[in-house]
Amino acid sequence: MDYGKLGLKVGLEIHQELATQHKLFCQCPPELFKEELEYTFLRRLRPSQSELGEIDPAALFEFMKGRTMLYEANRATSCLVEMDEEPPGPLNPEALDVCLTFALLTDSKPVDEVHVMRKIVVDGSNTTGFQRTCVVSVGGSVESEGKAYGIQHIGLEEDAARKVRDEGEVSRYRIDRLGIPLMEVATDPVIYSPEEAERVALAIGRLLRATGKVRRGLGSIRQDVNVSITDGALIEIKGVQELGLVSKVVEYEVQRQVALLGLTEELAGRGVGEGDLNGDLVDVSSLFKGTKSRIIKNALKNGGVVLAVRLPGFARIVGSELCPGRRLGSEMADHARFHGGVKGIFHTDELPAYDISEGEVQALKERMGAEASDAVVIVADDEDKSRKALEAVVARAKQALHGIPRETRSANPDGTTHFTRPRPGAARMYPETDVVSIPVTSERLEALKAALPEMPEEKLERIKADYDLNEKLARQIVNSIHAEFFEELAKEGLGDTTLLAVTLTETLKSLERDGVPVGSLDEPVMTGVFALVNEGRTAKESVPELLTWLSSNPGRSADEALDSLGLGMMAVEVLRELVEARVSEKSEMVEQMGMKAFGPLMGLIMGEVRGKAQAGDVQNLLRKALQERP
Amino acid sequence: MGEDSLQGYRGRLKVALRAIGAGIGDQIKVESGGAVYEGSLMPRLESDDEHHVVLKLRNGYNLGINFDASTQIERVGEAEKPDFRPPPLPTMNERLPRVSIVSTGGTIASRVDYTTGGVHAAISSKDLLSIVPELSDFAAVDADILYSVFSEDIDSRHWTGMARMVEEKVDDGVKGVVITHGTDTLGYSAAALSFALRDLPIPVILVGSQRSSDRPSSDAATNLVGVVTAAATAPFAEVVLGMHETTSDTSIVFHRGTKVRKCHTSARYAFQSVNTDPLARVVEGRVEMLEDDYRRRNEGPLEVMDGFEEKTALLKFHPGFQPKVVDWFVDDGYKGLILEGTGLGHVSTGLYAVIERAVEEGLYVGMTSQCIWGRIDMDVYTTGRELQQLGVEPLGDILPETAYVKLMWALANSEDLEAAKALMRENIAGEYSDRTLYTGRFG
Ligand SMILES: [Zn+2]
Repeated sequence: MDYGKLGLKVGLEIHQELATQHKLFCQCPPELFKEELEYTFLRRLRPSQSELGEIDPAALFEFMKGRTMLYEANRATSCLVEMDEEPPGPLNPEALDVCLTFALLTDSKPVDEVHVMRKIVVDGSNTTGFQRTCVVSVGGSVESEGKAYGIQHIGLEEDAARKVRDEGEVSRYRIDRLGIPLMEVATDPVIYSPEEAERVALAIGRLLRATGKVRRGLGSIRQDVNVSITDGALIEIKGVQELGLVSKVVEYEVQRQVALLGLTEELAGRGVGEGDLNGDLVDVSSLFKGTKSRIIKNALKNGGVVLAVRLPGFARIVGSELCPGRRLGSEMADHARFHGGVKGIFHTDELPAYDISEGEVQALKERMGAEASDAVVIVADDEDKSRKALEAVVARAKQALHGIPRETRSANPDGTTHFTRPRPGAARMYPETDVVSIPVTSERLEALKAALPEMPEEKLERIKADYDLNEKLARQIVNSIHAEFFEELAKEGLGDTTLLAVTLTETLKSLERDGVPVGSLDEPVMTGVFALVNEGRTAKESVPELLTWLSSNPGRSADEALDSLGLGMMAVEVLRELVEARVSEKSEMVEQMGMKAFGPLMGLIMGEVRGKAQAGDVQNLLRKALQERP
Repeated sequence: MGEDSLQGYRGRLKVALRAIGAGIGDQIKVESGGAVYEGSLMPRLESDDEHHVVLKLRNGYNLGINFDASTQIERVGEAEKPDFRPPPLPTMNERLPRVSIVSTGGTIASRVDYTTGGVHAAISSKDLLSIVPELSDFAAVDADILYSVFSEDIDSRHWTGMARMVEEKVDDGVKGVVITHGTDTLGYSAAALSFALRDLPIPVILVGSQRSSDRPSSDAATNLVGVVTAAATAPFAEVVLGMHETTSDTSIVFHRGTKVRKCHTSARYAFQSVNTDPLARVVEGRVEMLEDDYRRRNEGPLEVMDGFEEKTALLKFHPGFQPKVVDWFVDDGYKGLILEGTGLGHVSTGLYAVIERAVEEGLYVGMTSQCIWGRIDMDVYTTGRELQQLGVEPLGDILPETAYVKLMWALANSEDLEAAKALMRENIAGEYSDRTLYTGRFG
């Protein structure tokens, strides 16, 4: 794709959790819990009408009415502040210092007085119904490959509760993450290609880590990516969990917008207008009396209905692929889920399938009076939900006539995105009157200037020297999210620095490429693996296998992996016996070849003991056995 | 340009802002420290310093900019009129039970002005319905502003005013009265109305909120919906206080006005029934009675005994308590004292002389316990027996705050001290419980 011609513009908002001693507005540790939860509580949110922004108030009110949030908590990671049962304490000065340090590193101008705001968020991820947030500095730039990328502002805000799952109209959240300090770095929309976006994201990530106060591990850094093309729309994509996914997200979003514009053109060519989409919903339950489709059967059994709507002129449009695995039908399904709370939709472009038979599809088309150029969409659920869902489908179909709707989307793990909500108007913000404003004095800034952290280039040189790494490996480790972890391990003497560096960069990357869920590996577990090698309890060749097993068995220890895989080192005596046994088995070859039998025997034995014995030990034992043979 | 147009600004900065004709909300351009900012001028808190200008940027964020001799401020545009289109009002169904909502202060319902961050309280029944429209599903509500005072500024004259307002509403034929009130002294007002409203024919429910109504998570609307439901449909005719039962938004619980206490500074479930169980709760729009023994709705007639003797005090005994404190009240002509003693109802023997004098001077002296939970027993230890001999009246398991309010009421509504003592001993409004029930945890 010619991104220049398409007029691609990308802006990034990077959110980085900070590893301060306490959360942003209370004295709780900024940590997540894995243990059993200790208590739950149930809440509802009611935004008052003036807080709704440009969202249709009636619709949102309706949406909120039945929704409840169930919050999970334990006492180790949250207190009454996170529960919205106690006013917040003062803004954490340590977190503010980290942001100011970053501002100094990027030449961003700190504000003279920090004012904490309440930004209305009514999805339940904040117990208060708003997120506390403030601007710490404005302007500045970050550099990548000699080009400066403008920074809009650097902000500091509280992280939200993490979603556990939705159960019908109840959303479950865990409040441990709520209140963890989150630094926000927003760039100007001056990035013009997917690769460039990823490079800038990586550069910001490196600088953030340079502060030495960032949280590590999956989800500790998240990107929002704003993408627009000339004839398309500005789309905000939230929650890209890995820096390495940024270019893919941009690429797929451009594909999606280009494809949607193509559909708009095609629909215009077919002469489809808004008037054709009259939205008449038909109850077609009777057609599915004997259906094999489990979804439809269950819906009918539970007193639900099958509702259908005809979309004239939409044949092969609903099923048309926008980007990998996403069709206009997927977009419609997102809207149906959002507005109707249904699980999904079926459309004739993809039927017969999902145990809906050819006969049923024919009968459906007939009942709906659908011609070959029409598509029919059906929903099987509670009547009220189904009606709302199909109304949303029709509304989305109408939008397709005009191009690309402005909306907020969320990233999927594969880099594609899904619709999450209509794009709200300007964020509704008002002062957080429970937190006093904080003057940023010149004394404070001077003190921070005097203690600025090491910049990435300096770090590279130091790491090369201190840990005896080659240029390539040192660069990889400095760029990696594990740079600080590497240094900790190396300082603790947990093994050969090259092994540590290779494992934390190349090995993890190649395992990930092979589909191993390495994201679930936490630092204590990896430390355990390195300790095994270091203590001589396993061979370094076993590391990839151990990490693979641990990735799929979260919560288990390196020792357990060792036992389960049988990769423990053989005792010297056992190894000696094995070597002697092989030498005597191959006595004929040994007779003929003498010491030249060393190579083939070595290969044979290593094949048997790889991971359980060091090659050097085998060499010594084999040499001895050959020399001492009778 | 009025004083308020530059709310919170002082000194030279205020002069500078006035000189360019800037008011709150106006578009301002500020040049300071080599940077230029543009946004709308925001008010400052009275406690803030006087050398920062607060601007709201286009992205909604506020920030403070240093003001000194080199700062340039320019007014570049007028304030935008806040754009608030109230949603259509629900239609009131006059056949539904009529409920009167009387406000004494606090903001049980409000909306936020996003230009300044100001909170506007709902001041009419129309405002209230636009903010809590579902009230119209089960009641025909009317709303009155009786007072606009902080809870901590409420005193016995306000209790009298509330009692008379209830009388007016009862005469008017409403099915229930809801009184909105700040939470700090809500328990005292609940006790006062419990004594003042005799032979009550309908429920009178006091309600407050622990999270202000300017936030989506406020308990104000949930509490209001719960108490209006009860005011319209509950079978009891008592003075109760309705608030969150737990930290969850699941249920609103009703505590008897004489047995309730604010037991937490900030949590939604701050109010607890002490030494008894709550009377009722509302879950999913339905009233559940938790007690069989209660006063039913009836025809009355209501009798209002709304006098309260102000020369009354509640004294908390503590180690090192000085006897002359008691003397001061006696010398100042006080009519009665409630002591919040230790444990089963004790004070130091060093106070015997001043207590004896107080009783001799005709003051009522009653004993409660600072333990809050449990009842006093002044027959167990010598000190208790001796205090009784001095004329101290044991007050069973009455809450200290309730005992204080009751004494004010009893003194104002009695011919003489003996009659007041008799009233104090009588169980007037459920303030005494005859059995102490097991409570695993307190609160
Ligand atoms: Zn906390």
